[in-house]
Amino acid sequence: MSDGAAPIQFFEKKERVYPKRVWGTYRKLKWVAMITLLGIYYLAPFIRWDRGPHAPDQAILIDMPARRAYFFFIEIWPQEVYYLTGILILAAVGLFFVTSLAGRVWCGYACPQTVWTDLFVWVERIVQGDRAKRLRLAKGPWTFEKLWKMAATHAIWIVIGLLTGGAWVFYFNDAPTLLDQIVHLDVPMSVLGWIIALTGSTYLMAGFAREQVCMYMCPYSRFQSAMFDKDTLIIGYDDVRGEPRGKHKKGETWEGRGDCVDCTACVQVCPTGIDIRNGLQMECIACGLCVDACNEIMDKVGRPRGLIRYDTTHNIEQRAKGLPPKPHILRPRTFWYTAIISVVGLAMLYGLTHRADFELHVLHDRNPLYVTLSDGHIRNGYDIKILNKTHSDQHYALSVEGLEGAKIRIEAAGEPKADNLPVFADSVGHYRLFLTAEKPGEGRVKVIFRLVEKKTGKVDEYSGLFMSGNQ
Amino acid sequence: MSEHNVEKDDISGVETTGHDWDGIKELNNPAPRWWLMVFYVCIAFAIGYWVIYPAWPTFSGDNERGGTKGTMGWTEYKQLKDSQAEILARRAQYLGRFEKASFSQIENDEGLRDFAVAGGKAAFKDNCATCHGTGGAGGNGYPNLNDDDWLWGGKIEDIYQTIRFGIRSGDDEARLSEMPTFGGMLTPKQISDVADFVLSKDNPTTPTAIEGKQVFADNCASCHGEKATGGREVGAPDLVDAIWLYGGTKADIMAQVTKPRHGVMPAWEHRLDRNTIRELAVYVHSLGGGEE
Repeated sequence: MSDGAAPIQFFEKKERVYPKRVWGTYRKLKWVAMITLLGIYYLAPFIRWDRGPHAPDQAILIDMPARRAYFFFIEIWPQEVYYLTGILILAAVGLFFVTSLAGRVWCGYACPQTVWTDLFVWVERIVQGDRAKRLRLAKGPWTFEKLWKMAATHAIWIVIGLLTGGAWVFYFNDAPTLLDQIVHLDVPMSVLGWIIALTGSTYLMAGFAREQVCMYMCPYSRFQSAMFDKDTLIIGYDDVRGEPRGKHKKGETWEGRGDCVDCTACVQVCPTGIDIRNGLQMECIACGLCVDACNEIMDKVGRPRGLIRYDTTHNIEQRAKGLPPKPHILRPRTFWYTAIISVVGLAMLYGLTHRADFELHVLHDRNPLYVTLSDGHIRNGYDIKILNKTHSDQHYALSVEGLEGAKIRIEAAGEPKADNLPVFADSVGHYRLFLTAEKPGEGRVKVIFRLVEKKTGKVDEYSGLFMSGNQ
Repeated sequence: MSEHNVEKDDISGVETTGHDWDGIKELNNPAPRWWLMVFYVCIAFAIGYWVIYPAWPTFSGDNERGGTKGTMGWTEYKQLKDSQAEILARRAQYLGRFEKASFSQIENDEGLRDFAVAGGKAAFKDNCATCHGTGGAGGNGYPNLNDDDWLWGGKIEDIYQTIRFGIRSGDDEARLSEMPTFGGMLTPKQISDVADFVLSKDNPTTPTAIEGKQVFADNCASCHGEKATGGREVGAPDLVDAIWLYGGTKADIMAQVTKPRHGVMPAWEHRLDRNTIRELAVYVHSLGGGEE
């Protein structure tokens, strides 16, 4: 290396961001969003929902061992996991829709990474003081004050992490029972593992990784530009009004200069540590804190608010030309996102409202395909499964159509009759079925299996085959 | 690399790596440091893994299994043993009851019956499927166990007896019978006639079949019965039903009369324990042809 040039840096040390406290419309909105979302997260597992004596009474529960998911009036069996696909599609397209209209509001207000980071920064500020104090503390030597303040901050972070992981496991277990177990330190290993893992990840992600998650890990921040157009709401610095920027003393004229007094308030409050005056950036999570900070300064220097504001690129251009802003909500992309959301949402609604209380599944034996009996008759074997999704024990009557003179026999303990098959509440009944008939003219005959729920008379049918030759 | 070769990108002002792929160059931006930390953590993890688990091969040791042992003493053999012990423990909760239960008790107890059918199915595939097929459908010379035609009886106790001692197995208790070789005892004409009679299903209409009826009465009826419906006490097949063990054409029947084939089934008592044989009996009985 010559001329004292800095050596090539292979790895960049992360510059820690110390966001300054700020107060204003968007900060208030963020507090409301945080309290609401955290409230839902921590309290939702304790909501009760009566489903009768054979099912859990927790409103939101994913019961892994029993393979059931409950969400208020919705109950999902493993066969119906496609609802999850629907929910994911709705979530993704919903995110795209909101983004195309209002920019990255998800990132700024609702994303767990943002919410928990915000909470952790708040803790940091309560213990160590505002930005200037935190910076001084971080740069200063390890005094007793620094030691206890750091220790207190990290201890509170870990407690929050514990509460986060602790709340997560409630969604997979009966919450009051598990709470009692946790209080008595009698927690199953699997649950403990999850609590530890989520405590660790919360501590790591919200305490240390913070905006690095948005910049390096999150795919959404990378492809959000695909959802953006000129009419998408973004946080923008009005450089027409702001430039040329410069320091301004009280009483000086505003003629011939921009409104930006270069106080860097917008930079100091930014949780991702960027300068919004450089224009739209990948790191910007659109939280609006710089808007609050700038408005506060504009009020002080007596200039109109909104030098930094939520606006569309289109409007900024309009204003530059001296034209009034034009809201433009109905655009091809907003239309298509709405259309996709409507179609998927309606399909899911239809699926949920038409969900059957019971289902019949018939699986033909593969080996042997058919059996010739001593009197020349043909017998076929089937595995039948009856899904009783109701919360009471049921009896079903099974019959077969399309095969002349067919005889049904159920092969099971106690020889139950086909017209009275019992299946326990909320479970799957499994029976072996033998169908015997005279050898039909064709090698394969289509037969309809018809199952009737005896209490209600509701019917489910299953189309199958009766084989008597290799055809 | 000399300082003069450092090329800077015009727009970003960042130096490039100097590599060029079809005109595309890479900026030499530093990676974040936490990335490096993750790499170090992985190395630490690997070292911990070497200490805890068997990791490195060594030149000496137990036969071909030489290697570092790891502090946990974990081996795949031990893991296999543990999971087998778990299976045995799960079986034990049924096995105690199963051992004492009679076949009729098993048939009426859902838990025991499911246990026996599941165990029997597995044992069948290991031991019986070679001859009878995985679905028990048999083949030429090997009886189909799904149908309702039984040479030695289709009650669950009969099946148990057959599996236990076998057929012509050499065991003292084995089911044993032998059809005489009629090749030297009857003339070819008589054998042809009797085959015609058998094919007529005890309803002879042609002259040869009517002649065959007499041959049958003199030579065959003692085992196969006057109406040719077979006799289970000697394992003689029913000759009027739709099922043939060695084929149902005239040539097949004449071949069997001239020089009979006799299938052999081993006595499983010497190879399988009592519970497994009982499970097999319940399973075979459940295939569809079991008799009450």
